[in-house]
Amino acid sequence: MFDKELITLAHGAGGTAMRRLIEDVFVAGFATPGLSALEDQAEFGLAALMEHGDRLAFTTDTFVVAPLFFSGGDIGSLAVAGTVNDLAMSGARPLYLSCGFVLEEGLPIDTLRRVVRSMQQMADSAGVQIVTGDTKVVEKGAADQLFINTAGVGVIPRGVQVSASRAQVGDKVIVSGDIGRHGIAILMAREQLALQSNVSSDCQPLGALVSQILLAGSDVHCLRDATRGGVATVLKEFAESSNVAIQLVESALPVDASVRGACEILGLDPLYLANEGTLVAVVPSKDADKVVKAMQSAPAGRHAAVIGEVTSSPAGRVVLETQMGGKRIVEMLAGDQLPRIC
Amino acid sequence: MQFVDEFRNPDIARRLIDDISRVSHRMADRLGRPVQVMEVCGGHTHTIFRYGLAGMLPSSVEFVHGPGCPVCVLPIGRVDDCVAIAHQPGVILATFGDAARVPGSRYSLLEAKAAGADVRIVYSPLDALQLARANPDREVVFFALGFETTMPSTALTVLQARSEGLHNFSLFCNHITIVPTLRSLLDDGQLLIDGFLGPGHVSVIIGCRPYDFIAEQYRKPMVVAGFEPLDILQSLHMVLVQLDESRAQVQNQYARVVSETGNAYALDAVNKVFELRESFEWRGLGDIPHSGVRMRAPFALFDAEQKFRLPGARAAEPQGCQCGDVLRGRIKPAQCTAFGTTCTPQTPIGALMVSSEGACAAHYQYGRVSLIQDVVATH
Amino acid sequence: MCLGIPGKIIEITDPALLLAIVDVSGVRRQINITCVIDEGMQPADCVGKWVLIHAGFAMARIDEEEARRTLVLMEEIGALQDELASIRNASV
Repeated sequence: MFDKELITLAHGAGGTAMRRLIEDVFVAGFATPGLSALEDQAEFGLAALMEHGDRLAFTTDTFVVAPLFFSGGDIGSLAVAGTVNDLAMSGARPLYLSCGFVLEEGLPIDTLRRVVRSMQQMADSAGVQIVTGDTKVVEKGAADQLFINTAGVGVIPRGVQVSASRAQVGDKVIVSGDIGRHGIAILMAREQLALQSNVSSDCQPLGALVSQILLAGSDVHCLRDATRGGVATVLKEFAESSNVAIQLVESALPVDASVRGACEILGLDPLYLANEGTLVAVVPSKDADKVVKAMQSAPAGRHAAVIGEVTSSPAGRVVLETQMGGKRIVEMLAGDQLPRIC
Repeated sequence: MQFVDEFRNPDIARRLIDDISRVSHRMADRLGRPVQVMEVCGGHTHTIFRYGLAGMLPSSVEFVHGPGCPVCVLPIGRVDDCVAIAHQPGVILATFGDAARVPGSRYSLLEAKAAGADVRIVYSPLDALQLARANPDREVVFFALGFETTMPSTALTVLQARSEGLHNFSLFCNHITIVPTLRSLLDDGQLLIDGFLGPGHVSVIIGCRPYDFIAEQYRKPMVVAGFEPLDILQSLHMVLVQLDESRAQVQNQYARVVSETGNAYALDAVNKVFELRESFEWRGLGDIPHSGVRMRAPFALFDAEQKFRLPGARAAEPQGCQCGDVLRGRIKPAQCTAFGTTCTPQTPIGALMVSSEGACAAHYQYGRVSLIQDVVATH
Repeated sequence: MCLGIPGKIIEITDPALLLAIVDVSGVRRQINITCVIDEGMQPADCVGKWVLIHAGFAMARIDEEEARRTLVLMEEIGALQDELASIRNASV
């Protein structure tokens, strides 16, 4: 099909090579009616959107993960799930995604095909369409294989009001699954640490889980997926935005045994590890059981658990009751967690 | 037995703390102040904060966080030298993750990486050796630091490199040894320490005998301690019981891995490769005689200090830094004027804010004292 | 100061270089076991043994008997506390 099986600058030059790449890789791979029209933009009717709610949610995210492929996902599935989840955390139903590629000259086209296939699979399972896109090719060394930007549009149902500033004293804090798997899966995939385990990323779309939560009939106060910075960072953001304290119970935090093992070896704290398909919800105390049950009925929420509660003081702080019964303050990290020897 | 969860049992912890309180109240009454116990090792500091142990203990006993964090006490000039090595053409600089963040006078290794140096974070010196095998046309330098615990791993790696004839591998050696520093702390007239928790993993290598002088000459109890929360509490209890009975001995709480005489194979490898330096600089404490090691002459080919021309400049300690006072137990981290204002984990000024095991960083990350009191008061 | 964690040796990968695979809660890594091979011991004798791992090296074999003894001593201090508590309660 191609003279060369590698991406070259010609694939980004706007000529026939680029046209063929778009048709054979993207249009064929994404199989979306809107995309095959090859227009510069996607169109969708307002009336159809308004059936879902009364406000648009709009977000964008860029993906530069290295390595491109890891246990439980790849840069493509991550790019779809990440943007779908950002939409879903407003309570929105995610609908349409755009997708911009930055390709490094020399990238095997098969690698690109593999990523596109994985994006389409993730879009199918999230119930969204990839409707518009763009491709740029940069010289060798100007990017690391391939980068993806996705933007997404969703519609927020009438009456749903989710915000980091709505946590109230007495609310319960719920996590949708065991924490830290994505962060460890990426560390494992980097050969430099030479660690092996069966930990795979939690990379998954959370739209259906959020629908379950909203269907349970609770006035959900806060929702956020605990990506970079982990659960600790999300909770700290809730505590600061809502000017409340969050009391966490360490023994209630679901952590997979292998994630715990990797944390022991590398001296890391699972509270700060990235997740890509795990959310934290703050709900009124009376609804907590109902919401946990609703979450557990969705595949993405099987391990959902109450992990703490909202109190008044010390405002703006997250306090962890350790498994020993002591207490410590949970702060945001200055930078990345690095493996340590001491 | 998995040797982890068994030593994190909250029920046993509670009862240990009850007995610690009983003895420490009596001691504090006798002393007219809280009993001060120094945990020498940064790993202990980490456990104390990680599990919130300090807040569970009565006010009649206090931990003083010691100098046993090799990343924290690394002098600025040595970081500058390492950054200079990393910037040499053809060099791959391999380092433990926590050492990559330590600020030099201008740059840390992470910043050197951002500026184009090839800096790789590894888990083991063996991984650095593997980098040397895989990149025969590059010069791989491992940033070797740590106490006696880590020395055998770098020594054995160098011995392996020599037996393979791998001449593109070297160590930038910053290993230090804890005993001379303990002696220098004890010789400080103003030291307010009643007893010590000894560094468990250093002791795996060197055994318990090197600490005898602490009990014999300085009449202070020393208990070699493990790193799980129950290990720390039991060791603290043992120190208090010694004080209560006016005894001063070296005891070993961590007998599951620490012997009286240490690990002969490890010591043998260390002695083959390393020899004592006349003196080594510690960030926050200054020069301490015989507190560091360098590579022996026959290993010059594997010694980055011989292979590369280093600036070797000494950098002055930053203004307003009171790390030395914290390390000697004279002030608590929060009493330093820079703490939490100009000196934070994002912008560390002093040694103890640099690594997560540094006393100040741990205080900052896991709860400044006033906040913890606040927290406890609300419950 | 030095992160050291328990792991179980599950396989010898290179008897000449004394390399082995350890398992820590399902996470595996190759380590060097030079420091835990006593004279007269074969590398294979280490399989199934628990060791303390630091920076990719086994630094000590973990003595299970001593670990139990340590835990028993802790329990005894605890038991003493319970006894004291019951004496206090009785005297009230």
